[in-house]
Amino acid sequence: MNIVVCVKYVPDAQSDRTFNESDNTTDRVGVDGLLSELDEYAVEEALKLVEAGEGEVTVVTVGPDQAADALKKALQMGADKAVHVKDDAIHGSDAVATSLVLAEAIKKIGSPDLVITGMASTDGTMSVVPAMLAERLGLPQVTFASELSIDGSTVTIRRDGDAASETIVATLPALVSVTDQINEPRFPSFKGIMAAKKKPVEEWALADLGVDASQVGLEAAWSKVESFTKRPPREQGQIVTDDGDGGTKLAEFLYAQKFV
Amino acid sequence: MAEVLVLVDHANGTVRKTTSELLTIARRLGEPSAVFVGDEFDAAKETLAKFGAEKVYRVENADVTDYLVAPQAELLAQLVEKTSAAAVLIPSNSAGKEIAARLAIKTDSGLITDAVDVQAGDGGGVATTQSVFAGSFSVKSTVTKGTPIVTVKPNSATPEEAAGAAADEAFEPTISEGAKGAKVTESKPKEATGRPELTEAAIVVSGGRGTGGDFSPVETFADSLGAAVGASRAAVDAGWYPHTSQVGQTGKQVSPQLYVACGISGAIQHRAGMQTSKTIIAINKDEEAPIFELVDFGVVGDLFKVLPQATEAVNASKG
Repeated sequence: MNIVVCVKYVPDAQSDRTFNESDNTTDRVGVDGLLSELDEYAVEEALKLVEAGEGEVTVVTVGPDQAADALKKALQMGADKAVHVKDDAIHGSDAVATSLVLAEAIKKIGSPDLVITGMASTDGTMSVVPAMLAERLGLPQVTFASELSIDGSTVTIRRDGDAASETIVATLPALVSVTDQINEPRFPSFKGIMAAKKKPVEEWALADLGVDASQVGLEAAWSKVESFTKRPPREQGQIVTDDGDGGTKLAEFLYAQKFV
Repeated sequence: MAEVLVLVDHANGTVRKTTSELLTIARRLGEPSAVFVGDEFDAAKETLAKFGAEKVYRVENADVTDYLVAPQAELLAQLVEKTSAAAVLIPSNSAGKEIAARLAIKTDSGLITDAVDVQAGDGGGVATTQSVFAGSFSVKSTVTKGTPIVTVKPNSATPEEAAGAAADEAFEPTISEGAKGAKVTESKPKEATGRPELTEAAIVVSGGRGTGGDFSPVETFADSLGAAVGASRAAVDAGWYPHTSQVGQTGKQVSPQLYVACGISGAIQHRAGMQTSKTIIAINKDEEAPIFELVDFGVVGDLFKVLPQATEAVNASKG
């Protein structure tokens, strides 16, 4: 079974994430970045499936030079090869354009049996690229999988929703997004880190994918950020130390604020 | 006036509050038309009319109800074409966002997800506000192509009543074979807790590592306030509370009137899910816990002592 995993290089949530003043896009250069934590679960699930059978795992990303770090981490975990789509024209692309570039890259990689993604990126958190990719590739989508199994030509997942726990079956090839409940991603081993240095990383530009520069980037975005404002930090309110009446004081606060 | 399509979120015909919020927002942009999928329209009609739906496109096609996401995107795309809609508003839950994503591609339209405010744009269209990077930035955006498709978070508008005709119009979409690739084969309903839905609740009380696995004081306090119960990632990873109750970056993002964090330190992962709450209260043994930087009121103390006392006082005041 051949699996493509889509990964994203994101600004570290622990750092001060911000926007570029000049064009209102996410600052991906001035801030430390890494493989989106939620994508590690997708890489892990792909590795488990291939290790249980045969085939190979290809990781693909769309992003600036630094995004190679995200691919490296996935290769160190055990992915077989990587594809890095980078092109200056891509800067500022929205989810619609990103899904177009990813879809064309996946077609060029070959027709995988399964495309796996994380449940969301930790920066944009839109959770829409998987559905857009499925739409573009004409694949059935099963998203937010907290369990996954393959049986011949079908994939079965469990999804824990608010109202119900559902079992969903789709025919292969299919696109699956996985949650952080599905597995425990491995740490790269020393052997994995050494092996990753020899694994192939292909770099493709838009021209390699037959995508025209006018279809991507900030100018082509179908939605536009007009402005961004940093929310003023919350002012710390009243802090009391419990001397036996902390609960009463809490209730008094609730009463004064008319919550009770 | 142009029609604005609102995808109705309902459980067996009982319309969720998010739908009345969406209908209220739709009236700012044009004339609200509800899109109702399912065969329980009779139960929903009154609410839809009360919040201003002039028309209701009723879809009873089994292909739409049996399969996931893709058929709903197809039917909405067909309705967008039929009505030349000014905008499409969809609830910002996981299915809603996926429907919106597919619809955006199908209709060559711009998409905004997780809006916390939607107004009519200066030159037509929509002007949306989103809260990003764990609530640390507020971003204003517009849709520049196609029919604006916006998914809207719960509690983004106060539902306002305005009588609408809710004129019933049956709509028969054409669903392609390709849209039937994924099917729900089994659905086990969750046991009802009797508490409000986490993302829609006006008050949320959450427990974390400090509960040591015993959520009973958290739940009892929540019930005294009619609140929903949430949990931190640490509590969920420890298996103390279900993942569907997780508040944070990888769980639910909530924005209630009041958020009470009990035994939660306030890591960025958690803050991402609750930082935009109107009023925040924390109870934690550790006075250095970062959660205290956010609070309007904080108690440094043992939640097992503070919460029962507070519960008793709240219940007494209700007399």
